[in-house]
Amino acid sequence: MAKKLKVGWFSFSCSEDSTIIFTELLNDHYLEWKNLIDFRSILVMQKKSEIHNLDVAFIEGAITSSEQEEKLKTIRQNSKKLVAVGSCAVIGMPSSQRNLFDEKLNQEIAEILIRFQYSAKVRKVSELVKVDDTVPGCPMNEKVFLDLVNKYLQEFGVSRA
Amino acid sequence: MHNLDLNLTQISKIEGKASCAVKIRSGRVEDVKFSISEYKRFYTQAIRGKDILALPQLTARICGTCSNAHLLCAIKAVEDALGVTPSSQTVLLRKLLNYGLIIRDHALHLYVFVLPDLFEKDSILDFDENNPLEHKFLDAAFKVKAAGNKLGIAVGGRSVHAPFAAVGGFTRLPDPLEISSVRENLTSVRKEITDLIDFFYTNDRSLIRKDLLFSGLIDKEYSFLYGQIHQSSGKVQSEENFGHHLEHVIIPYSHASGYKFRGRIYMVGALARLNLAKDKLHPKTIASVKKYIKIFPSENIYHNNLAQAIEILHAVDSATDLIDKLQIVAEKPVIAPRKEGIGLGVIEAPRGTLYYRLQVDSFGKIKTGQIVVPTGQNQIGIEASIRQYLTDNIAKIKDREDMENSIETIVRAFDPCMSCASHFLKFKYV
Repeated sequence: MAKKLKVGWFSFSCSEDSTIIFTELLNDHYLEWKNLIDFRSILVMQKKSEIHNLDVAFIEGAITSSEQEEKLKTIRQNSKKLVAVGSCAVIGMPSSQRNLFDEKLNQEIAEILIRFQYSAKVRKVSELVKVDDTVPGCPMNEKVFLDLVNKYLQEFGVSRA
Repeated sequence: MHNLDLNLTQISKIEGKASCAVKIRSGRVEDVKFSISEYKRFYTQAIRGKDILALPQLTARICGTCSNAHLLCAIKAVEDALGVTPSSQTVLLRKLLNYGLIIRDHALHLYVFVLPDLFEKDSILDFDENNPLEHKFLDAAFKVKAAGNKLGIAVGGRSVHAPFAAVGGFTRLPDPLEISSVRENLTSVRKEITDLIDFFYTNDRSLIRKDLLFSGLIDKEYSFLYGQIHQSSGKVQSEENFGHHLEHVIIPYSHASGYKFRGRIYMVGALARLNLAKDKLHPKTIASVKKYIKIFPSENIYHNNLAQAIEILHAVDSATDLIDKLQIVAEKPVIAPRKEGIGLGVIEAPRGTLYYRLQVDSFGKIKTGQIVVPTGQNQIGIEASIRQYLTDNIAKIKDREDMENSIETIVRAFDPCMSCASHFLKFKYV
């Protein structure tokens, strides 16, 4: 069987707009990618999830709890390359809006933060793990994403032939 | 099945994160907890003090899937607060933008999330191209989704967080050549959609819910954007009155609140709309789906899938008609004055009624805002449906995996959107 790029797509705190853009990119690229990419984990499209020995992990969303932080670190340990995708992952906003709240708003949300064990601050991906590449935009810039996919196909020796 | 503790932490093939815990003791269902596990991003707090004209693009970021529904609903609420009346061309373009969303969003749900269940596959990515039926639906999935996506791009500049849709109008008008190409795409997918309708009509499951009230915003052309709130009780009321009767229910184990309507569990979305307004679908759609719409009104929650498939066809036929009427005239958005007021916006998002109520100060800053999303309204009904299914079928459920799959298909039938549901804290009138 021809070598495929082992890819995972993971969403944390965000609107999942880049996931939607990704599913729309499949309209034009599915026939090409099905022979080139092995989707090991993408919850929006399949239940099966294998976070082990990934070539590339795409991370969407900001990190808002220790549970998410732990999962992100596990993904990092199991991925050769990690890409932050979309504004929340790359710069933290708008998901990190609560970092800017005044005392009154902080008091209003305090009970929820405690009940569901939120972190004190929402963080962008690079604050917690090494990021190899970024796809900025809200939602992600399609061209940058496609260029990156092509770059990694080449880098990992996945042939289109 | 005698005793079981099931903790389904990540329900797949839905928008966002949800989980379900079930406790079975001595063959009896003791507890079911469906919860939205998406962390909040606190939009109803974050919008306070922001300029009202910036609000639609900000709240569009609540959800990537329903983004343009939030955009259109927020614009409606802002224009209501500021007393802005959009041009007839703007109204037509907003309808087109929304039809693009309905086509793309329902197609994503039906082809990518639900169809694998009916083929007993994990994913549409596993469909076998050597199997003619699977091959047909695989091709159709991307073709139909693309038709809706391209309509959204042609009208709004992008199908997610459409940049051209603004308070008072559109900042850039569509290119007639691009619109003409979109029209061709739309008419070319009718056959794929009628095949999808027939497949869901023939193959989908059944879970009859006797206690659900169905509710939706209905007008004479089934536009999703205008009308009054109709309910299966026969009650018809204004958008404002609807909001006054919503009962906020705190669900301690869920990140999102639930809602009841005057104490009743209710359902919003395609099934509710078909139950309430099948006679208002586009005439060409009605002619094509006569056989299938006979089953509405229906209490089978799986018919939400069939209803969505029918709505895709309605959106295609309605959008094609609107494109034929469209003669683009150069115009700029109506300039909105800043003034104190309260604005209400209610539309039918793909998943059901979306409700915005904004209070604005004299400088045009948001004082408070309330947003009620479809999944918040359906959340109690989802849990009740899982409980009913398990209670009625516990003897037939083979094992843990069988139970997990059944729960997931019930959740998917409601087509919930957790990104939307989890962002607000509390619903309180100003």
